[in-house]
Amino acid sequence: MREGTLRNLAKRLLYALISIVGVAALVFALLHVVPGNPVAALLGDRADPEKVERVSKALGLDQPLYVQFGNYLLGALHGDFGQSYTLGKPVSELMGAAFMNTLWLALAAALVSWVVGITSGLVAALHKNTLLDRLFMGASLLGVSLPVFMVAMLLQYVFAKYLHWLPIAGVADWTGYILPAIALGWSSAGSIARLVRSSVVEVMQQDYIDTARAKGRTNTQVIVLHALRNAMLPVITLMAMQFSGLLSGAFITETIFSINGIGRLSVQAITSRDIPLLQGTTLLCTFVIVMGNLVADLLYSVADPRVRKGA
Amino acid sequence: MDPSGNLDVRSLAEGELGLPAPAATYEEPAGVLRRLAREHKIALVSAVVIVLFILGAVLAPVLTPYAYDDINLANRLAPPSPEHLLGTDEGGRDVLTRLLYGSRVSLLIGIVPTLLSLALGTLVGMVAGFMGGKVDTVIMRVADIVMSFPTMLLAMVVMYTLGDGTLNVFLTMVCVGWASVARVVRSETLKLRESEYVEAARIIGVRKARIMARHILPNCLPTIIVLFTLDIPSSILTESSLSFLGMGVQPPSASWGLMVSAGRSFLFHAPWLAFAPCVAIMIIVLAFNFLGDGLRDVLDPHLQSR
Repeated sequence: MREGTLRNLAKRLLYALISIVGVAALVFALLHVVPGNPVAALLGDRADPEKVERVSKALGLDQPLYVQFGNYLLGALHGDFGQSYTLGKPVSELMGAAFMNTLWLALAAALVSWVVGITSGLVAALHKNTLLDRLFMGASLLGVSLPVFMVAMLLQYVFAKYLHWLPIAGVADWTGYILPAIALGWSSAGSIARLVRSSVVEVMQQDYIDTARAKGRTNTQVIVLHALRNAMLPVITLMAMQFSGLLSGAFITETIFSINGIGRLSVQAITSRDIPLLQGTTLLCTFVIVMGNLVADLLYSVADPRVRKGA
Repeated sequence: MDPSGNLDVRSLAEGELGLPAPAATYEEPAGVLRRLAREHKIALVSAVVIVLFILGAVLAPVLTPYAYDDINLANRLAPPSPEHLLGTDEGGRDVLTRLLYGSRVSLLIGIVPTLLSLALGTLVGMVAGFMGGKVDTVIMRVADIVMSFPTMLLAMVVMYTLGDGTLNVFLTMVCVGWASVARVVRSETLKLRESEYVEAARIIGVRKARIMARHILPNCLPTIIVLFTLDIPSSILTESSLSFLGMGVQPPSASWGLMVSAGRSFLFHAPWLAFAPCVAIMIIVLAFNFLGDGLRDVLDPHLQSR
């Protein structure tokens, strides 16, 4: 079994690596087929052609694309993602600072989505087919259907403008994270709630629940120790995948709440046509997503012996 | 034999080879509607809402006395009133009118690219599932790469390459959307490939392309229809997010995302500007999600909730 697990792990790692390099190549190709010399765009229309050529050479832009890509990958392995065109700093430094803000936001949003999602899914499942169930499930569909910017602006309007409870934007202290975390966690909470509900409903029909009851366990014990524990298997996978999504998908939330994270940095990179910066942030996001999926896979096989043996 | 002289494999499989008929997944549209009406009232209501939205988009010039780019600076940022049911924006333009015209762009971007990516994804997924081997591995690796990319980020990078504009939003949505469809259709094809009637068709030497067109595709159709209704809302959300960030549809075209983005500057003085298009997006997305949920239950109970 050990050997099988190891081989399985190696195979998954290889696939993850292929995905990351593939995305890097795809982005590299996409960004470099844009017509026009980026240096010319950078230096302005009236730049001296000789200067354009000199800068291009210094940045290695005169070499064939595959050489540039190779050099880029080699650099990335050492944590060197090049120099931002517009901000004049190493991309790695910019990303490092931004990543911490994004990480805090993602953690807070995950907390919101887990607490809200699991609680409402559980309540709905235990009151299956009642008004309460329909209410919670309706709310969860609303969670999936509301655009992030709508939730974010509503929260700003109600809690910051109208009630003056929380800051409108910025993360001067921890209270600044509350509204963005709710805005970002909202839709994940909806899908977690739906999955928890269906999973708990299924588990509650199993024989071991009857057995536990027959052994004289209280209702709470049955739910927490037996039902929830088994029902969480698929949910854990979803949560791991969502967490990487939260880490790399906060473009709108970060923009609305003026949080200098990876999402806002990517948006800035696109609007200012800063190729090295965009390349760096996309690579980082892909890395996070692929690793999230890998962890989800592994968690699943650790948590479920059937998968572990079958794999 | 059917009239064209080709072997009718399905009747052969059922009749002469004595095999069971393919799983009955086909159902008349009227029957589907009837079952929706009986079991999923909310889905039927949603269908009506969707039709109303489409009518609103088509009949926009008839429904409103204003033009969507009628600038009237004397009447800017007016709150909702009988003349302007949803107020006016920073240029004094009627918000309801812009909402109606904006729905043309937003609905079009919701529906057309979804259809295209569905067609592409179905073709690719079917070929991957049916051919297996290296073809399958390569196609699915590429799909994995596309899917390991956060949707918004991929869309943003493609928009960067193609440049802004409505047509490019179309292309971007197709680039982003085909992979998940391919994956679902592939797994469906894998199941169908093992079925006895496909086996029978293969044994009597029917060409692969014909098996896919006559046997695999029709049986994937219910799944594809459900995917279609569930993918439209996510396309609408992606478009509105892109336009919101200033990377999608460009002014003077009106799209809902663009309206939200413009209205955000006036969030605290004229909240109707940002919230009116938000509510429109919410209603149409909810309607498609409810309809998709209902259709899934009726057409394809096996498709996992996503």
